[in-house]
Amino acid sequence: MTPDAMTGGFADAPIQSAKGFRAILEVLSRPGTIVAAPGAQPPAPLSPAAGLAALVLFDGTTPVHLAGRHDCSAVRDWLTFQTGAPLVGAGEAMFAIGDWSALSPVTRFAIGTPEYPDRAATLIVETDRLAAEGALLRGPGIARTARLSLPEIAAFRANRALFPLGFDTLFTCGDRLAGLPRSTIVEGA
Amino acid sequence: MSNHYNFAYLDEQTKRMIRRAILKGVAVPGYQVPFASREMPMPYGWGTGGVQVTAACLTPEDRLKVIDQGADDTTNAVSIRKFFQRTAEVAVTEHTAEATVIQTRHRIPERPLTAGQILVYQVPIPEPLRFLEPRETETRRMHALEDYGLMHVKLYEDIARNGAIATSYAYPVKVEGRYVMDPSPIPKFDNPKLSGTPALQLFGAGREQRIYAIPPFTEVISLDFEDYPFEATKAPHACDLCGDGGSYLDEVITDDAGGRMFVCSDTDHCASRQAAGHRGRLSPQEDAA
Repeated sequence: MTPDAMTGGFADAPIQSAKGFRAILEVLSRPGTIVAAPGAQPPAPLSPAAGLAALVLFDGTTPVHLAGRHDCSAVRDWLTFQTGAPLVGAGEAMFAIGDWSALSPVTRFAIGTPEYPDRAATLIVETDRLAAEGALLRGPGIARTARLSLPEIAAFRANRALFPLGFDTLFTCGDRLAGLPRSTIVEGA
Repeated sequence: MSNHYNFAYLDEQTKRMIRRAILKGVAVPGYQVPFASREMPMPYGWGTGGVQVTAACLTPEDRLKVIDQGADDTTNAVSIRKFFQRTAEVAVTEHTAEATVIQTRHRIPERPLTAGQILVYQVPIPEPLRFLEPRETETRRMHALEDYGLMHVKLYEDIARNGAIATSYAYPVKVEGRYVMDPSPIPKFDNPKLSGTPALQLFGAGREQRIYAIPPFTEVISLDFEDYPFEATKAPHACDLCGDGGSYLDEVITDDAGGRMFVCSDTDHCASRQAAGHRGRLSPQEDAA
């Protein structure tokens, strides 16, 4: 294990995870909203916002899939030491972290079952750019319409067509965070 | 004085589990997410589900309001407010406008909620179909298949027996055109406020181990029939203390000779109106001299 794995976590877990959760709750209940989510200093290539989401949500009961360049020893060691989450393949994952291209095809991830739609994966998508522009969003949490720079539109339209099944998505860029639950209707730019 | 509890009472592992359930609830509006409800230091029926949801949401910067049937000063509300003052050291308020998190038992405040607020409901029986179909395996399948005919039969039987839909509280709603949901035993007067509010609404059922949510600006329709449309009813009176003709009222028996008065169930709403100079039928006549 690399020594870096032991640094960059929460200094005051109860308070920092409470504030981190409220940031995640805000972006998933108001799709298109972008908030600052500081507090974690994970090793590259994991972004601070993705690190925060991991510290708030992951533990020994949440299988995690690391995709592409995120599947490196620095990130594996950090997540294992900080959260204890087991690392698994895409199909069994409750959470997945990676760039959009590495996570694709996203049809590999759990979408829940008709009886238990909550048993679906949450994707944490690392992006280079996160802005309130691009794809048009409607649905729960949005007063009229919102816009968010999505890496792709077709996959999210296909995901919405599965509702109430489907995966949920968090987008991270540095220490900024946005969300797109499966309930959001995505239209072209 | 040092606090001997973890922040907001629950341990971090438990809060993570509840937080994950809340997020899935937000992603699938109206669907009841199972969660591993914990024993709380209060009996079931006192809001153990709501308390766990509130504990998972609170931050030290929050200002908490707790109401029981609209009142800030009843036993249930006072004890839960004190619980979080002691275990989370959060600021508290009785004013709806000042609160960032409001835990409620069976009412939605009269004052419209705003974007920065979270309303946490205490829910006794989260399954709207439970009294029609006691088996969890069956109700789960009915939700999966969107098979809600039985609920309409129930409302129809109301009309056949009573001439109107007699359900007056815990009136079933359909969320975003998909899940039929129990809004907790709020009076149906409050049902229209569920829909399109800028606030986030979270529901916690402790004994039944379910969490569900209505995100902001979500369409919530009270079930009805074209020829028997939904009606948000209340006692046909004005408040006897603040004179408001539009708020939800409690009936208070005042003697054993048929005397009674009607007062706002929302104590903050009523007190604010009285402070602003509004007077009702039974208000003290201060300018008599």
